[in-house]
Amino acid sequence: MEAIVLQVLNGLDKGSAYALIALGLTLIFGTLGVVNFAHGALFMIGAFCAVTLSKLLTVSHIVIDETKTDFLGNPAKVEVPYLYDVFGQATGDVIIDWAVPISILVAIPVMMAIGVAMERGLIKHFYKRPHADQILVTFGLAIVLQEIIKYFYGANPIPTPAPEVFAGSFDFGTLLGFDPNLVIYPYWRLVYFAFAAVVIGGVFSFLQFTTFGMVVRAGMQDRETVGLLGINIDKRFTIMFGLAAAVAGIAGVMYTPINSPNYHMGMDFLVLSFVVVVVGGMGSLGGAVLAGFLLGILESFASMGQVLEVLPGINQVILYVVAIVILLTRPRGLMGRPGVMED
Amino acid sequence: MLGLNARDLQILLLVAILTMFAPFFLNPFPVDSSLAQFNAGYPDLMQRFVIFGIFAIGFNILFGLTGYLSFGHAAFLGAGSYAAIWMMKLLTMNIIPAITLSIIVAGLFSLAVGYISLRRSGIYFSILTLAFAQMSYSLAYSVLTPITGGETGLQPKSNDPRILDGALEPGEQARASLFGMEMSSSYELVVSGWVFTFNVGYYVAAFLMLVSFYASIRIFRSPFGLMLRAVKSNQNRLGYTGVSARPYNLAAFVISGMYAGLAGGLMVAMDTQAGAERMFWTASGEVVLMTILGGAGTLIGPVLGAGMIKYMENIISKINQSVLESWFAWAPDFLQDFIVAVIYPFVGKGWHLTLGLMFMLVVIFLPGGLMQGIGKIGALFSRKKPNDRDSVAGSTPAAAE
Amino acid sequence: MSIQDITDDAGEDRGFKRGTPNTVFHIDDVHKSFAGLHALSDVDLSVHEGETHAIIGPNGAGKSTLLNVCVGRLKPDRGAVVFDGHVLTGKTPYEINQVGVARVFQTPEVFPDLTVLENVMVPGLSKKHGHFKFSPFSSFRKESALQDEAEHVLKSVGLQAQLTDNASSMSRGDKRRLELAMGLIQKPRLLLLDEPTAGMARHDTNATIDLLKQIKEGGMTKVIIEHDMHVVFSLADRISVLAGGRIIAQGTPEEIKNDPRVKEAYLGDEEV
Repeated sequence: MEAIVLQVLNGLDKGSAYALIALGLTLIFGTLGVVNFAHGALFMIGAFCAVTLSKLLTVSHIVIDETKTDFLGNPAKVEVPYLYDVFGQATGDVIIDWAVPISILVAIPVMMAIGVAMERGLIKHFYKRPHADQILVTFGLAIVLQEIIKYFYGANPIPTPAPEVFAGSFDFGTLLGFDPNLVIYPYWRLVYFAFAAVVIGGVFSFLQFTTFGMVVRAGMQDRETVGLLGINIDKRFTIMFGLAAAVAGIAGVMYTPINSPNYHMGMDFLVLSFVVVVVGGMGSLGGAVLAGFLLGILESFASMGQVLEVLPGINQVILYVVAIVILLTRPRGLMGRPGVMED
Repeated sequence: MLGLNARDLQILLLVAILTMFAPFFLNPFPVDSSLAQFNAGYPDLMQRFVIFGIFAIGFNILFGLTGYLSFGHAAFLGAGSYAAIWMMKLLTMNIIPAITLSIIVAGLFSLAVGYISLRRSGIYFSILTLAFAQMSYSLAYSVLTPITGGETGLQPKSNDPRILDGALEPGEQARASLFGMEMSSSYELVVSGWVFTFNVGYYVAAFLMLVSFYASIRIFRSPFGLMLRAVKSNQNRLGYTGVSARPYNLAAFVISGMYAGLAGGLMVAMDTQAGAERMFWTASGEVVLMTILGGAGTLIGPVLGAGMIKYMENIISKINQSVLESWFAWAPDFLQDFIVAVIYPFVGKGWHLTLGLMFMLVVIFLPGGLMQGIGKIGALFSRKKPNDRDSVAGSTPAAAE
Repeated sequence: MSIQDITDDAGEDRGFKRGTPNTVFHIDDVHKSFAGLHALSDVDLSVHEGETHAIIGPNGAGKSTLLNVCVGRLKPDRGAVVFDGHVLTGKTPYEINQVGVARVFQTPEVFPDLTVLENVMVPGLSKKHGHFKFSPFSSFRKESALQDEAEHVLKSVGLQAQLTDNASSMSRGDKRRLELAMGLIQKPRLLLLDEPTAGMARHDTNATIDLLKQIKEGGMTKVIIEHDMHVVFSLADRISVLAGGRIIAQGTPEEIKNDPRVKEAYLGDEEV
């Protein structure tokens, strides 16, 4: 029993990341009809927003600390972040400690801007081109984006820790009445799951309860008719692209403590996110989220020792096998509408 | 001649001359000159030119003709590599059985993958092939380690059975050969300042590339090829003319898979090792880049694209900061610093950035690839119609005879 | 070789003789509904060998649906379509074509990236070699007879000057003629024509009528769906009138002209 709980929990954080990326992919596909291979790169850029901010916050100048001496007996030179000068040491430390969550505030406008620029500058010219061309140009863009990041940040993963309060793990099992030490779960993963739930909830309510969202949903169903009503759907779709980029970006920001970001993390997630989108049903937002969590959990179950004894290596391929079976037996995926890309 | 019309024969001859005399063409600079680093005429790189050329020619038969974009062709190349290395370990270091088996294995593998993937089209097909390739890669890395060697890959060992070869002398290394001619042996021709290297492995691979290229011309110009182009043009309509598209697609898929297998087998013949990284999906992406960059659906484009990308990978990536500084040493310091700073991100380790940008520009402005660019430039200088270039669109069965 | 020769084969193959009506194509009690809307109900239709049978009806009568059922694009809810002993319902489009039923599309669905000649070669090769032939290295030299034939058919529809043009660069009217040529090269035993003259200028319409008349002499069975009554009455041996998803009248052009039900169905819609 506790093993099952543990695997479900383990699946949640990866599932959250899958769900967030797949949600953005589906938003873009559903609104603009574009298959965006650069979406993983947006996730990666988000993660590097967090890296950048934590670096910027600790930019320091050197002061001579008379109270300490170095090994030669001279007064020690100490690096003091500029932040201390502004907020004082105590507040400054807190801000540096919370760099990752604070990065969300930076990442949202930055990613929105990148998303809108991408759509206006590039994607818009590819609406009428075949899907193959869209895949190719966004694939090229993904390479460019990750190479730019590599140029500035190097090829090695950059550890970016979570705030100290969330650094440890807690014994989730005791909450459910299991013996202690059976279900240990890092706090930050729980935070990530809660964060994903909030973002997904936010996107859905935005689409459900605002006029803007209503128009976009109508446009996803039937773009031409909405256009005929005199509504400028293109502008709204551009904003949706920005939104999708922001969702991918903040998903990346929050993921940094779980996996130290490197320049190719986006590509690694991208392939699996496409699998998620396909399983969920191309163009179905609910399907993308559901499939994201389901596949995340499925993957973690497949990594259990008992399962691997029976089916060695299944954890490596389970998602692909599921995707292949789904595509062949139920091409519209779990929740896809009939007729959407169902050829 | 050879069942080709005059134009196609010219193209074939051109490619034949270029490949046969490549050791000269690719080494235009004397060894001591500062430009010697742009020489590409060393065996390792020349082998890669032609091997990736074969890979891209085959990929083009699927993507260029039918329009089905596979993101999983590296899996077939990898399968071919494993097949070849096993032949070398078990049977003989002679490359003929190795390459034969690599083509067969890749063909069977692509038959299975294609049979399933081709039940869907468009983006779904791309994702299915991607899923299959990633699955193969993951399996090769983990569970299949007894067959694939996992992370370390496979190399010939001195204690391999090699039934036909017999035991090695103590201290002797197993080298790939063709009836005694070792792939790695070379003849060097020194002409004053120039050194030209003629490598056995390169000529074997180049010969096979010419055969592959010839076969691809025949496929392009055949009624079979016409059907494949009809698939790309309007698959739906094709059904109403009484043609079943799926077996045609599958045939194209398997043929291109066999080309990939040949390329994989040749890689092993050259470097006698096989590893899972050859199956990674970015490797599949690379052949897509080559084909598009050169010009999908054209005969010669994929070869051109493969050559360009491999040249850039090897040459541009060698240009480092000090090389740049020496080039612009004539400029005033501030200008030199500026130029170097601007160019540096695009060369050396940054060559992927150049590649990505170039690829984007080609997809955006030249969907027909470099061949379309050449066609456009050609059209500026002659009165020929732009569609008179070496492309599918410009060819007709009427012109074939 | 004239168009007459092309179509003669089709007639002779079937031992066609004038005056002995022999039902070769039969639509049997076909039903099709979309989301509860009855597009076709109880449609029964028999087409005699060698005749030109026109299906007319007001807009939304179900003509296109019926044609789509015939060529396998749509699956009927009930009933069957039978051609010469072959049940077509449930077969894929290419299987139906291989039985000898060709369709000429209303909106031209040519191969835009192929040349005009190639567009005709594709159905020609499919007629000659079946639905699939694995011969990746064969040459067009072996197909020179077929190529002559393709050029001939293209000449008969007036496209001889555009053999090497890309189909995408053609005008809509030319594409319609190309469509027709793609159907004719196969010498089908049954040719289904969906408004073959729609979008054509008057002069081209007349040319097409003449061409179809010639084929009629040859004995190919044809089913034409048509709006243009001039075309219908110039060509049809018999006419079926489809309205509201049902066949409301069937008979010779004369009978149809004088049928009060037909006039009612068309009232205010079109002149009969």
